[in-house]
Amino acid sequence: MANPMKIRAANKDGVTEVKVLISHEMETGQRKDANGAIIPAWFITELSAKHGDKVVLQGEFGTAVSKNPYLAFKFKGGAKGEKVAVSWKDNKGDSRTDEATIA
Amino acid sequence: MNRRLLQTLVTAAFAAAVPLTAPAQDAKVADELAKYREALADGNPADLLEVRGEALWAEKRGPKNASLEQCDLGLGPGKLEGAYAALPKYFKDTGKVMDVESRLVHCMVTLQGFKAEDVTKNWYSKPGRESDIEALVTFIGARSNGMKIAVPATHPEEAKMAKMGEYIFYRRSGPQDFSCAICHGQEGKRIRLQELGNLTTKDGAGTAMKTWPSYRVSQGAVWTMQRRLIDCMRQARWPEPNYLADSIVALETFLQKNATGTVMETPGIKR
Amino acid sequence: MNRRNVLKTGSGAALMGVLAAAGIIRPGLALADWNKAAFDAKSMADTLKALGAGSPADSKDVQVTGPDIAENGAVVPVGVSSTLPNVTMVAILIEKNPNALAASFVLPEGTEANVQTRVKMGQTSNVYALVKADGKFYMATKEIKVTLGGCGG
Repeated sequence: MANPMKIRAANKDGVTEVKVLISHEMETGQRKDANGAIIPAWFITELSAKHGDKVVLQGEFGTAVSKNPYLAFKFKGGAKGEKVAVSWKDNKGDSRTDEATIA
Repeated sequence: MNRRLLQTLVTAAFAAAVPLTAPAQDAKVADELAKYREALADGNPADLLEVRGEALWAEKRGPKNASLEQCDLGLGPGKLEGAYAALPKYFKDTGKVMDVESRLVHCMVTLQGFKAEDVTKNWYSKPGRESDIEALVTFIGARSNGMKIAVPATHPEEAKMAKMGEYIFYRRSGPQDFSCAICHGQEGKRIRLQELGNLTTKDGAGTAMKTWPSYRVSQGAVWTMQRRLIDCMRQARWPEPNYLADSIVALETFLQKNATGTVMETPGIKR
Repeated sequence: MNRRNVLKTGSGAALMGVLAAAGIIRPGLALADWNKAAFDAKSMADTLKALGAGSPADSKDVQVTGPDIAENGAVVPVGVSSTLPNVTMVAILIEKNPNALAASFVLPEGTEANVQTRVKMGQTSNVYALVKADGKFYMATKEIKVTLGGCGG
């Protein structure tokens, strides 16, 4: 089971800035272990962020996104106390959703 | 490569270098590296580990089914604020100077009933292998963020450890006849593009000590001070001390004493 | 069922299943289909082709944000921003990586053309920001140098 994300969302002058930290190995599939065997690729492929029911961002990742991915973006609207939810899924079929309250 | 092409390349390289004098270029590189570090500071993956450490601290675990909430890290049972900044310290109950990691392991053994060899087996993480100690130390460290490092080492046992640490710091050893002081005992040294702190001064030791535990982007993991120092020994081609060895606690005591008064900025993030 | 409580307490695949069953999210709609062809492409040209971008025009209204020098290639903070109107997609491409495409984002109306993330770079390389605005593709580039660091004090 994947560890929780850390999501921060803050509204300033009508724009909500969202910063997300995701706990994930983002293994490239190009590294070898101590025995010389390829470590299989294991990475987040898709991600989406919602403000209420409205999708505010959809992302696709390749293996070049760093371990423990970081993402920051801004959308118009959003008010203090409302929720932003972020979901991801990886190439092994694992997935996770977390949410944060807009500050 | 033919000679003419080489000559052209060399000329081009010199031409490119002309507009900037060497010190100006150094300053520009330093500026850009500062920008890089600043961009990483907001959104430190160590925060994810801190959350896990906080949960582990409060969770009832081990043969005694107890949490760590009564663990005394030197300021009294359960008192976490500022505890990291005041370690290593002499503990009456064990009769030893202990750093945060040796004290944490002591609590896991005495309060939770774990065996020391079991809880220290994964004292650092690898991909796919989490370390409870790393998470707990990140959490404990964060509870000293913004506080001043305070290891005056006034207790005779602490003074003795600081002295031992100082001795180790200056002692040349290993196949390369290396000491810590060779890299970290003078101002203005660097390895590749990285400045090497002078750990014998308050500023130098403070800059180094205040950011640990720290997320190492090159490792994709938080490193504790034990791991940092044990790896320093490896890099100096010394035999690697065991985890929680007295020599490491002694070095920590020496460095924390030098850094005393510096405000903690932890968890840190660095290359 | 209280959705917020579910979100707070639940997690992972089980939660997604619950949400999907409740009709809150529909897999394949909330999460778009991953563009395998684009992420598997090696060269810049093949990647742009797979993204349907052809040969985008250079634009001064598109920026690659990031440092000139990265102390470690494992984590390089980069982003895309643009002042062009009606930006619907942005992507980050790294010319000298084994696969050029690092990440792409669909921006619904109201989301600013400013997305920051962190990527791995195998070596010093040109980093490209690709932007789709009003149905047309634009690009900007910046070289980011990757250095070999020291011990990591």
